[in-house]
This record gives sequence, structure tokens and C-alpha cells, in this order.
Amino acid sequence: MAEANARPEDQPTRRDEQPAEAGDGTAAQPAARSGDRSGARSGDRPARLEVHDVAKSFGAVAAVQGVSFPLYPGEAHALVGENGAGKSTIVKMLAGVHRPDTGTLRVDGVDVDFGGPGDAKAAGIAVIYQEPTLFPDLSVAENIAMGNQPLTKLRQLDRKAMNANAERLFRRLGVPLDPARPARGLSIADQQLVEIAKALSSEARVLIMDEPTAALSAVEVERLFSVVRSLRDEGAAIMFISHRFEEITALCERVTIMRDGKHVATELVADLSVDDMIRRMVGRDLSALFPKQDVDPGEVVLEVEGLSREGVFKDISFSVRSGEIVALAGLVGAGRSEVMQAVFGVDPYDTGTVKLHGRRLKKGSPRAAMAAGMALVPEDRRQQGLVMELSIERNVTLPRARKLARLGLLFGGSERAHAHTWTQKLQTKLGRLSDAVGTLSGGNQQKVVLAKWLATGPKLLIVDEPTRGIDVGTKAEVHRLMSSLAADGLAVVMVSSELPEVLGMADRVVVLREGRVAARLERAEATEESVMYAAMGQEVAA
Amino acid sequence: MSDRVATLRSRLTSWDSIIVVLTVLVLVVASFSVDNFGTSRNFTFMVLDLLPIILIALPMTMIIVTGEIDLSVASTLGLTSSMMGWLWNQGLSIESIIPLCIVIGAVCGVVNGFLITGLGLPSLAVTIGTLALYRGLAFVVLGDGAVADFPFDYTGWVTGTIGGGAVPNVLILIVALALIFGIVQHATPFGRSLYAIGANAQAAHFSGIRVARTKFWLYVVSGAVAGLVGVLWTLRYASARADNGAGLELAVVAAVLLGGVSIFGGKGSLPGVLAGVVLLTALQNALRLEDVSGQALNIVTGTLLVLSVLLPNVTTAVRGNWQRRKLRQAAATR
Amino acid sequence: MTITSTPTKAPLGNPVAQKASGLFKQRELGIVLALALLVAYTAIDNPRFLSGQSIRDNLLNTAILAVMATGQAIVVITRNIDLSVGSVLGISAFAVATLMSKNQDLPMIVALLVGLGVGAVAGLVNGVLVRYGKVPALVVTLGTLYIYRGITYSWAGGSQVNADELPRHFLTFANDSILGIPWLVLIALVVIAAGSIMMRNYRVGRELYAMGSSPAAAELAGIKVARNLLGAFVLSGALAGLAGVLYAARFGTVDAAAGTGYELNVVAAVVVGGVAVFGGSGTVWGAALGALLLTVIGSALAVLDINQFWQQAIVGALIILAICADRLVAFRIARSLRKRDAHV
Repeated sequence: MAEANARPEDQPTRRDEQPAEAGDGTAAQPAARSGDRSGARSGDRPARLEVHDVAKSFGAVAAVQGVSFPLYPGEAHALVGENGAGKSTIVKMLAGVHRPDTGTLRVDGVDVDFGGPGDAKAAGIAVIYQEPTLFPDLSVAENIAMGNQPLTKLRQLDRKAMNANAERLFRRLGVPLDPARPARGLSIADQQLVEIAKALSSEARVLIMDEPTAALSAVEVERLFSVVRSLRDEGAAIMFISHRFEEITALCERVTIMRDGKHVATELVADLSVDDMIRRMVGRDLSALFPKQDVDPGEVVLEVEGLSREGVFKDISFSVRSGEIVALAGLVGAGRSEVMQAVFGVDPYDTGTVKLHGRRLKKGSPRAAMAAGMALVPEDRRQQGLVMELSIERNVTLPRARKLARLGLLFGGSERAHAHTWTQKLQTKLGRLSDAVGTLSGGNQQKVVLAKWLATGPKLLIVDEPTRGIDVGTKAEVHRLMSSLAADGLAVVMVSSELPEVLGMADRVVVLREGRVAARLERAEATEESVMYAAMGQEVAA
Repeated sequence: MSDRVATLRSRLTSWDSIIVVLTVLVLVVASFSVDNFGTSRNFTFMVLDLLPIILIALPMTMIIVTGEIDLSVASTLGLTSSMMGWLWNQGLSIESIIPLCIVIGAVCGVVNGFLITGLGLPSLAVTIGTLALYRGLAFVVLGDGAVADFPFDYTGWVTGTIGGGAVPNVLILIVALALIFGIVQHATPFGRSLYAIGANAQAAHFSGIRVARTKFWLYVVSGAVAGLVGVLWTLRYASARADNGAGLELAVVAAVLLGGVSIFGGKGSLPGVLAGVVLLTALQNALRLEDVSGQALNIVTGTLLVLSVLLPNVTTAVRGNWQRRKLRQAAATR
Repeated sequence: MTITSTPTKAPLGNPVAQKASGLFKQRELGIVLALALLVAYTAIDNPRFLSGQSIRDNLLNTAILAVMATGQAIVVITRNIDLSVGSVLGISAFAVATLMSKNQDLPMIVALLVGLGVGAVAGLVNGVLVRYGKVPALVVTLGTLYIYRGITYSWAGGSQVNADELPRHFLTFANDSILGIPWLVLIALVVIAAGSIMMRNYRVGRELYAMGSSPAAAELAGIKVARNLLGAFVLSGALAGLAGVLYAARFGTVDAAAGTGYELNVVAAVVVGGVAVFGGSGTVWGAALGALLLTVIGSALAVLDINQFWQQAIVGALIILAICADRLVAFRIARSLRKRDAHV
């Protein structure tokens, strides 16, 4: 807390004095780093980019207040914080999307004022956003070239050079993509790779990556990191945002921690343990993250048999009993969400059966699934879980509106009471129930989704990436909640990409690979190695 | 308590409320300053003038709230009017023609609904297509002639008033339908689902709402209402013509948007829309009584339409700027 | 049609994507084919349909629509729409006709420039309201459809400009030819060609496609969205203004109602021509072909002695057919791409 309130001018000094001996040699680039340190003090090696005491508010909400930190050339710098800590706002300021209300940005020691993303780009800042930002109708090569397309003498587009350039970048990234194909229909991972190629093509001097690895497989992450390292060695300044601490320690030398829109600390990564980082992000200690209680499983609730959908998944069978948490693990794109969406009925399937309490469910009808006692907390909160523009109240009551109506009519009172009860039960932090749900933080939004579905009184709860993109504190709450629900006899299916979550919460693990069941593991058998082995279909490199 | 106040304040400053106030203002000012505006005869005329727009606007509001649009309504009206004339010429009784015409309108809606929800085609393009198609079929059915010899019992009822007094017969129809549509839209689970669909169809689907089916039925209702209006239009002017109601679709859409419904879906209320229709009709009526060209009224309609969206945007932007400036000043003095 | 049988694992440099882009091109090919069939069928029935005069009439009738369709296509590609074009045509036609009737000696080029100017200003108003007022294009241009038409009515006040009040050189412009090509058609061809080349080969054109394909991504990519959007609306307005001059020259008599309802024909031409209403795809020359097809259908019906009243119905059916075809193509591409990516 003291650090957060420290005057910004003091920070560089303290930051520079701290790590004299500690970190050297443990991570890459000791030379560059010692250069930074002396440089920052003597001024002969200025920061490539400096964020100086910036603040930004949206309406009455202060998203960022008094944040300062430098990015040095040849350095990979991590930015961490819980969701809602203001990281994305910082990214958007650097990208020229938002203009700081107060404070300044400096590039190579000169104050800059970005009027739009174009200005930031011109200053040599490339940004890879969390959500891919491609043009689906244009070819992959055009996507990469957009903004600085190669031109012929007549100032027309040079398509040949454009394709060649894309091909060169893909080779560098080791991606087998056809530059001439349209971006529409690319998988999320491929889209992210095109984004990366886009950033590389602009020969940026500052590369900002906002959770670029969320959709990538381990192999792709490693390849991305090697490219990023070589960029860094060529003198680019890298800012890396991630919720995965192992990636931060693998890639970054320095880390800036934010909390509630304020700057907490900027330190050498080597000086901090993961626990240190989490503690500073959250501002308190965290006890056990994954508290699944042992429950004697009851009767079979869900039976999935031979479920197939052409080109998506094939011959999926598993069952879930009451009191049990079954995890669906696997790489992104293995078909986990698709299977569960087919089970719930939002997606179709070709063959197979889904039975709930022994009764066969109608295919492709979420309504039938809900009536039978199924609930799905989907993967994508913003697009699938909630209607962002509608109020919290309307969101919570959406699947229950028919039950709440009297003589088919709704007059607000019953809805409000219902929404009040359930948001209270989940300890959702909110202003008014009539506020748009989009105004809540990520963690509280997830609680609204949970409230919305728990209110339907389900017998089977499907949660898809239940803690993605929510802060550490809420994450623990969600885990506790799932555990206690299971203890009360609910059957739970959890799709998760986070291994610790899978291993900590699940009674059984079903691993999918390329749309098929690759392994079924009991709790005792499930280890990081066994799950990854099954998910990747090969021996995991140590 | 402050909850209520804040909600109330945001409701009062919303465009729906502004439009209601504006409408009342126009009505009051016009009845004092425009000769003959307040007479019962003029009232009847006004009600008859707003009849087609207000009725078609009822389902149109729902459709636009779900984020879609139906531009074919006026052509459906034209087609049913043509069919009415043709069927009358074939010697069918008026009692069987009227329900038949409503069914024809509904069938037009079924075609729209199937193309949009069954094949997943964009409603703007589809209904521009059926706008041309239905109007074309209307001309195919009746050419450029007219059928006029409808029984006076019916034509008289449409233009008449209750007991010869001040309240037009059709007003009952308007009030009844507006009540039904208002309740369905604002106080039923179905109505709730419309807003969810309009704001985020995928999330609505994930919440068990049958998005395609809901939209399909909206188009069927929209077609049926357009068919009913085709019948009323024909009876009012005692003339079935293929070009009846041409261009009405834009007036209806304008009225709905003017009433504060977002063209992107998810926002808007029926009271606002009703006020929008009344405002437009009253203005037109008042200006006509003042001998201002009806066509010049276009300028007012268009300006109001643009303002209905522009004003809220501008106020938000100004408020934001003002807040930022305050912040900067605070920072400068620190 | 062979797409579905493509092997699931395509090798690199994959044929699926190439075929996919091939199918995109086939979209315009489809219109050409439909046009050829229609002309052939009609010509067999009545060879006079291919006479010089008939072709000339068809092209003259297409010219005005095609000029407007060019501007509209560009606007629609950016995921917007311009419904005000009919009213802009009206105000420009009336302005130019009034100007020419009062100043008989003004050269044609002045008339053209005035038309372009009036249209450009109208388009600028649209663009500013869309971009800076953040009002959806459908609402803005529906509003200005009324406003511009209302202004024309207020100005004309029921009067009209007749052919005998207009200077001779202005009226003959519509029928004069250069190298056997009527001026009207030549202007349309130049507009279409310039529009096509700009959209295909120049940076700004690709940026317009990008803006329509993903507006949010376009902002983030640093594309000068405001400038481009204003440009697109100004262009659409200016071309509608130009069409107004051509209209006045061709028909001679101009009143305040000139061009009423044209917006729907123009949008129809653009949609039939394969421009997606949600932006990002389609071509200018496809839209021009759409305009040609709609015009030829009209004249073919007359020649085939089919009830003229069928024309509008056929146009409507054609619009629906066109979007169904687009949907089918998109669906097939999506399916083949998914198969290739899935490796299942």
C-alpha cells in the first residue's frame, strides 16, 4: 500500500537501487539489464517508452491513477494485476485508443500525445490485443499488410510483395498458413498467430502483448516466445501481459504490478516469487486455492454416449454422478466447449445420445435441457453468458422469466426480488440491480452468470472456463462455491484450460484431443504429466 | 430510495420521455394556436391519418427491438389491398374477404420470416427484396386500376365515429391493439426475450430463448397487421389499388426510431413509439391546417429523426468532455 | 460444387482457399451469365432487342443507376448505407435545371460541377452526422432522405423546370455521342472504372473494405476511419448529384419529385450485384452489373410482351435470389474451410 501511494518521482530511484546483485545471471540478458540500471540513472540510455503519472477515468470510475513505469529497449517487461486493475486501460493508452486524462507518455524521452491508434503505430508501437482484431473478408496477407502495404510505382498495391512478406513471417513463426486465404474461418489460435505476424511486420520498436497466449498451445507459446526473445535481443522493448506466472518468469526480466488502477511496484522478476506477485496483486494473502471436498458420489445424473459432430468431435462418451466434479481437459481447440454446448443443446450434433437422469434429451434444444435440470455457464462471458447492455436484474432473471410470471405477466417486483436474492447469495458487488451488467468487473460479471444459472435450480451444472479472466480473489470464491455445490449433491462438469484448477477441483478428468476422448483419469491418476501427455498425444518435453 | 430517484431521473431524461413531452406540447400548442385543430372533425381525421402508421408500428417496434427490420410492410399492405379488390371482383363476400386478407398478409410475413430465420439472410436485404416483390405482385393482381364498390356498411364504419360523436370507431381498434402489444412487449417473458435477443442474440440463445422462432413469429404478426391495415386503408378510401400505402414503410420506421427505439436493437419502448407517431401526425395535420405544404413537413420529420439519436449522443459527449476538463484542472492545480 | 468433395487434409498452398476466392469471383460471373441468358432468350424471341437503338437505350437507362450504384456500393462496403441518394438526385437535378434555365450560356461542365458539388455537400452532411454524431447511417440517411426532399419541395413550391426552358446544348448532351458512345454512358463507364480501380488497387480502397469487414479492428489498425468514411459518403453524395445532372439532361423536365424512390433501386442494384449488406465484400463493377441487369430485365419484359407489372416482382425475386446465392457460397466456403482446419 505504501508503495502504491509513493510519489511517482521516487519510484525509479528505489527501483534502480534494489536489485543490484540478486537477479543477475538467473534470467536471460544480464548485460542488457545492468545497462538499463546504470542507464536509467545516468540518462545515457533513456527508456524507449515511459509512462509518467498517467490517469484515466470513465465516467465516475477511475480506471488508472498515477501510474508510472519505463520500458527499456532490449527488455521484456511484464504487467500484472487482477482483472479491473487497469492493465487494459494502460494498453489502450499506449495504443492510442484512449488519451490519458492527466500525465504523459514519452517515447525516447519526448512527450507524445497520441490522437489515435495511427499515431501510436507511427511512433513504432505495435499492440497484440487480447481479442484478435482481424478483417474476416480480407486475405491473411492483406490483414498483415494493412496500414503499410507495399506499393508499386503507381502507388497501387503490390500484392505479390504482400504475399511474399506474409509467407516470410509465417516461416519465421513456423506456421503453415496460406497468405491468400481469407481470415474468416481461422481458428482463434491461428488468428492470434496472424496478429503476431502483423505486429512483427511493422518492425515495431515497442511490442505490447495483451494476453497473447490465452488461445495458444504450449508448442505455439514456445515458438512465440523464441520470436519475442529475438526481437528483444534486437533492441525492441516488450510489454507482456499474462495471467500465467510461469510465462512471466520464462520471458520477462522486469514486472510492474498494478492494483485497483494504481501502481504497486516495479521489480525484477527474479526478485519475486509467484506468491509475492499474487500477494501484491491482491493486497492480501490467499489461502488454499482449490478446496474441493471429498464427496461420495451418488446416482448417475448425466450420461453422454457416442456423441459425434462431423469435423468437430467424434464418439464422445462419459457420465457424471451427483456430487461429482468431472473436468474436461485438453488443448484449446480439442473440442471441449463444443461437446458441452452440444450436450446443452445450443449446438447441434449428428449422432449419439445425451441422457439426464436416464431420460433422453431432445437434440439441439437448450430449453429442453434447462427443463430437465441442466445449466451451462459458457466460456465467453461477454458474448454467450450475459447481455451486456441489459441490467443485472434482467440478466439474472432471463432463463427464469417464465417461471416468475403470474398469469403470463411480469411486473418487475418478482424479478427484482429474485435477482436480489441470488446476487446476494453469491456476494456480488454491485451498485444497483438496474445498472447494466457491463458496468461490473469481470469477476462480478461471472458471479451474475453463476447466479443466473444457479437460480434455475439445476441438477447438472456445466461450467466452461469458470475462472478465465477473473481475479484471484473471486477465483477462490468460485472454486469454493463449486465445491460446496457438489457437496450438496449437484453434478458438475467443468471445462478448464488451467491444469492446477483441473487437478485441484476434479474427481475425474476426461481428456480430449482433436475431438476424441484421449484419456479418462481418476483423481489419483491425474497429474500434470498424465493430463498433458494425453492432451498432446506425445511425451511432454521436460 | 436514491435507487428509485436515480432510475427515475435517467428515465425522465431519456428520449422516450422527451418525445412524450414534446408530443403533448405540440398537441397543446396546436389546439390553442391553430384554427380547427381541436375540433372533433379534425380529431377524427387525425386518428384516421395515424391509423396505418400506428398499427404497423406496433409489431415493427418489436422487430426493431430484436435488431431486425421489416421494410416490406407497405408492400404487404398494397398486396392485400389489391387482393381485396380482386377477391371482391370475384364475388366473394366481404365477411370472408377480410379474414382472408389478413391471412394473406400473414403469409407474406411467413415468407419474410422463413428467409430471415430459416435461411439466416439479413433482414434489411430480404425485406428490400420482398418490398419490391409484394408491390410487384400487387400490380400483377390489379394492374393500375382500382376497385371501389365496397359496401358502405364497412367503409362507413372505418370513417365513422361511435354513435356519431367525437370518438372514431377505429380508435377502439387502435387502443385495443396498442394495449395488447404494449403488455406483451413490456410485461411478459416473451417481451423480455425480445430485448435480450436484440442486445445479444447469442447470449439469448445460451439462455434458452428460441431466437429464430421468436423472430419468425414477429414477422408473421407484422405481415398480418400489415394485411389488416391493407383492409382498413382500402375501406377508408373505398378504393383497392396496387399502390396503396407506397412509401409508408419509411414513415413507420422513422416513427419507431423517433420514438427512441435503437436501430441496433435491445432498446426502446412502445409508449415512446406511440408518442412518435402521434407527434408526426399532429405536426402534419397542424401544418396542413396552416396551409404549409405537406412535403415541406418532410424537413421536420427528417430533422426530428436525426435529432432523436443525435441529441442523446451529443449530451453524453458534452458531459464527458466537461468531466475530463474538470479532471485536468484538478490535476493542474495539484 | 466440387468443394464438398475436397479432401479433408489439403496440402499447403491449399486449393480450398483458392477455390474459395475463385467462388468469390464467380459471384460477378453469375450476374454476367444471368444477363447473357436473359439477352439471348429475349433476342431469340425478338432480334430487335439486339439492335443498336435497343442496346443504346438500355445503356442510357443503366447509366444513371450505375453511377449511383457505384457510390452506394462503396458506402455499403464500409458497412453503412445511403438512403438519401434519391433525394440528393432530386435536389441536384432541380438546382442544375434551375441554374441552366436562368443562365442559358453556361457550359455543360459547369452544370456537371454544380451537380457534383451539391451532392458532395449533401454527402458531407450525412458523413459528419454518421461519424461525429455517432448516428447510424440508416437513421441519418433516412432522415436526410426526408430533409433533402423537403428542401427541394419548399424551394420548388410546386413549380417545375420544363425542357423548353433549358438550353439546347444541355438537353442534347444526353444524346450526343463521342466515338459512337453516348456521353452519359461514357461518364458512367469512367465512374465505374475509377471506382473499381480505387477499391481494388489502392490503399484507401482496401481500407474501406477493412472498415466494413471489422469496424473495431479498423480503428485499432490506425486506419483514418473518419477521413475514409466522410470520403465514402461525400463520394456517394457527389455521384448522386452527378446522376441528378444526367437525369435533368436526359429527361428535360424536372420537378421536386425527381428521383423519388430511386434509393431502393440503387440498393437493389448493389445487392443484386453481390455487395454484402454487412460490408466488407463485393465490388463496384458487380454493383454496376447489377444496375445493368435490373435495367435489361425491364426492357426485356417489354420486348417479350410480358405484362410490365411483372417487372417489380421479378426485381424483388432477383434480390432475394442474389442474397440466397451469397449465403450459399459463404456457407460452402465456411464448411470447406472448417473441414480443412479440423483434421478430425
